[in-house]
Amino acid sequence: MSGPAAASPLLHLRDVAKSFGPVAAVKGVSFALHAGRVHALAGENGAGKSTVVKMLAGVHRPDSGGLELEGRPISPDGPAAAQAAGIAVIHQEPTLFPDLPVAENIFMGRQPTGRFGRIDRGAMNEAAGRLFARLGVAIDPDRQARGLSIADQQLVEIAKALSRRAKVFVMDEPTAALSGVEATRLFAVIRGLTERGAAVLFISHRFDEIFSLCDDITVMRDGAWVSTDRVADVTVDTVVRRMVGREVSALFPKQDVEPGDVVLDVRGLTRTGVFEDVSLTVRRGEIVALAGLVGAGRSEVVRAVFGIDRYESGDVRVGGRLLPPGSPAAAMAQGIALVPEDRRQQGLVMELSVERNATLTRLRPLARFGLLSGRGERRAATDLARRLHVRHGGLGDAVGTLSGGNQQKLVLAKWLATSPQVLILDEPTRGIDVGTKAEVHRIMSGLAAEDMAVLMVSSELPEVLGMADRVLVMREGRITAELPGSRATEESVMFAATGQPGAGA
Amino acid sequence: MAHDTLYAQPQEPQGPAPGRGGGRLAAVLRRWDTTVVLGLIAVVVGAALLVDGFATGRNAEFLLLDAVAIGLVALPMTLIVVTGEIDLSVASTLGLCSAVMGQLWLSGWPLELIVPAAVALGAVLGAVNGLFVTGFGLPSLAVTIGTLAAYRGLAFVVLGDQAVADFPGEWTDAAVGTVPGGALPWAMVGTALLAVVFGILLHATPPGRELYAIGSNAEAARFSGIAVARRKFWLFVASGAVSGLAGVYWTLRYASARADNGEGLELAVVAAVLLGGVSIFGGRGTLAGVCAGVLLLGTLRNALQLADVPSDTLDIVTGSLLIASVVVPNAVVLLRARLGRPRSGSAPPPRPGNAP
Ligand SMILES: Nc1ncnc2c1ncn2[C@@H]1O[C@H](COP(=O)(O)OP(=O)(O)OP(=O)(O)O)[C@@H](O)[C@H]1O
Ligand SMILES: [Mg+2]
Repeated sequence: MSGPAAASPLLHLRDVAKSFGPVAAVKGVSFALHAGRVHALAGENGAGKSTVVKMLAGVHRPDSGGLELEGRPISPDGPAAAQAAGIAVIHQEPTLFPDLPVAENIFMGRQPTGRFGRIDRGAMNEAAGRLFARLGVAIDPDRQARGLSIADQQLVEIAKALSRRAKVFVMDEPTAALSGVEATRLFAVIRGLTERGAAVLFISHRFDEIFSLCDDITVMRDGAWVSTDRVADVTVDTVVRRMVGREVSALFPKQDVEPGDVVLDVRGLTRTGVFEDVSLTVRRGEIVALAGLVGAGRSEVVRAVFGIDRYESGDVRVGGRLLPPGSPAAAMAQGIALVPEDRRQQGLVMELSVERNATLTRLRPLARFGLLSGRGERRAATDLARRLHVRHGGLGDAVGTLSGGNQQKLVLAKWLATSPQVLILDEPTRGIDVGTKAEVHRIMSGLAAEDMAVLMVSSELPEVLGMADRVLVMREGRITAELPGSRATEESVMFAATGQPGAGA
Repeated sequence: MAHDTLYAQPQEPQGPAPGRGGGRLAAVLRRWDTTVVLGLIAVVVGAALLVDGFATGRNAEFLLLDAVAIGLVALPMTLIVVTGEIDLSVASTLGLCSAVMGQLWLSGWPLELIVPAAVALGAVLGAVNGLFVTGFGLPSLAVTIGTLAAYRGLAFVVLGDQAVADFPGEWTDAAVGTVPGGALPWAMVGTALLAVVFGILLHATPPGRELYAIGSNAEAARFSGIAVARRKFWLFVASGAVSGLAGVYWTLRYASARADNGEGLELAVVAAVLLGGVSIFGGRGTLAGVCAGVLLLGTLRNALQLADVPSDTLDIVTGSLLIASVVVPNAVVLLRARLGRPRSGSAPPPRPGNAP
């Protein structure tokens, strides 16, 4: 094995493999995590990264190969066993007990007790406070977990792991749902962990994060181990080439299109406390980006436009026709499609098959004389899956078994199938690998060239700057700036998003 | 904002679905249906051998007549349970419609008008349930337990303790009439036809298909443009209307309109639906399975009745079957996971039932 092997490793994966029926998700992967180092795991969607994580977490047991912690073989047979061994997995979206205070969430099951076995709240809060101080973050241990941001919830999970003396921290795409500032704070916490001798496994599809945070990097492709190196010894290009096994074309192939008439016309949309007086237009052939910080109200606006949420005043017109509020079916009938931000809860029905999900938005057109034929559906689903290169074991597999990125592609597919006039995308490339991201951008650009109006909510500045003909920036529920694509820069967008010059991205 | 959850969650089914790898996996999935059908055959054969008077045409006729009411009400109930809701007020709706039927007959209405009126009344009662569930967002379990009590109470208000029994003979005979030369009641033929209609509706039409999405994840269904609340509302209306129809049938079959008609029937209906492989959590189940479940439950009760088992014991059997049909599939899944066969390492769903 090449790569870093300074001290003896803290955690060693030896030749682990895992198959699900006919799908070989991980085939003989070995690498080592070292104390004090952050190790990146990179690979395309479906490469097997999350499956590796689940083996570390004790969710899946390897079919062959094994784990060694500080030289001793371990085989955690469940999440509890993995925790006991000192491996902590930080969920991308932690599940805390919302009604309990933060401190109690941290010490759940191990609360310090006073006389008569009563929980000693004071001692518990103090201990939690100490943990947060060690992490260098300010979270009130006494507040309820409900309402914490995802970023804060992750930190609570980390504090919990710390209190259990975890030595290995595993994070599967922790930054996918974080804002730039939150991610920066998480990185500071991660560095603090490694300074105290922890080993961290970090998964992300964003190379800037990998290259600024990580010490080592392992690349996987199609379930197989490809390489392990020091990050300092490789470049983005080499990593990408190893991930996809070929050259990846230019990242943002935006075609220039002459915009046509206004298709989507939103005027004075208001929902008190969420967004206020939002007006925007999108023309045929135009890609408009809705930029801003996480929490600025962008998703809420597009949800209201699509009819998921109600609004108090304002109106939405599609091609000049007024859209009745509060009805997604009406929005679809007038040619709007919304690719929502949360694919697990909103985009897909996890328990239904790939096929059933793919055709869910198009059942009526697919039916003949009101009846659905299995064959027609299957053909439609096959076409869609192929068009977006969705990698799946079989059309009948539950969508929950697809890798995160492939789920995202399926959501896109299911909405493109409705041939909308207005395509609204909320974080369209979250959790998608480089190759596919370029592919999604190419598709978006192609759709615009075919006269579709595209409205995109995105927190990724390069995507906003690279794709948009026009950038609208939202802050605290209001549109604070409208910039033509040519004039939008990182500085101008961030200024409008934060209201301060030079605030962190 | 979501991504791979690390710990396989119970609601994340990773078990095999039909299609992949062809026959073998599909067979595994179909196993619950198969089990129910095999159970049905076993009960029929066993009862024929052990219970005197079971294997006669007359008894078959009775068995089927008894199964009609359960079978009717089970049809809309299947659809409701697939969406993750439940309607426990069906038997009380049946009773109230029966009581109103009796009262209208007493006040001189012709049956030609009473029958549609009873069905319409059922639809209205169902709409009340639907309104509370979808309009006010209340859990159907709570709402329909409430109307279970309320509708039954109303039935007693309408008719009191009396029984109205002087319905014309041609109507009561028609309710129990059989296809010439056989033990097959016309009522069962009608129920079977309605079952086909509901089966097509559930499995082969867009609105039916959408019910599975609603039952698995209502939010994702809404984001897919499905009018979740409207679908559910109309299902409750259908359930009420069919319960009203069952009330008409019940009244004519026993030639007696009473306020306590069909008391406790909801237990048998829910048991049959779950026995048929519909997941109580929504999102899974087939109408064919439910039909097998209705017949299995009906046959079992009939055989036990013939064997002079008291009716209290019958309820114990029905209740146990209900629990077993929820517990067994979960237990099988757990057991398989424990045995740790590599294939099942992916924590298949603790869900009974069949793929949609
Ligand atoms: N429980 C399962 N049952 C069947 N197949 C599975 C299961 N879990 C994962 N797979 C398959 O294993 C492969 C690897 O999936 P995995 O989730 O590990 O990918 P990943 O590298 O995390 O991708 P992404 O970057 O998209 O999150 C995929 O083809 C996926 O469909
Ligand atoms: Mg993953």
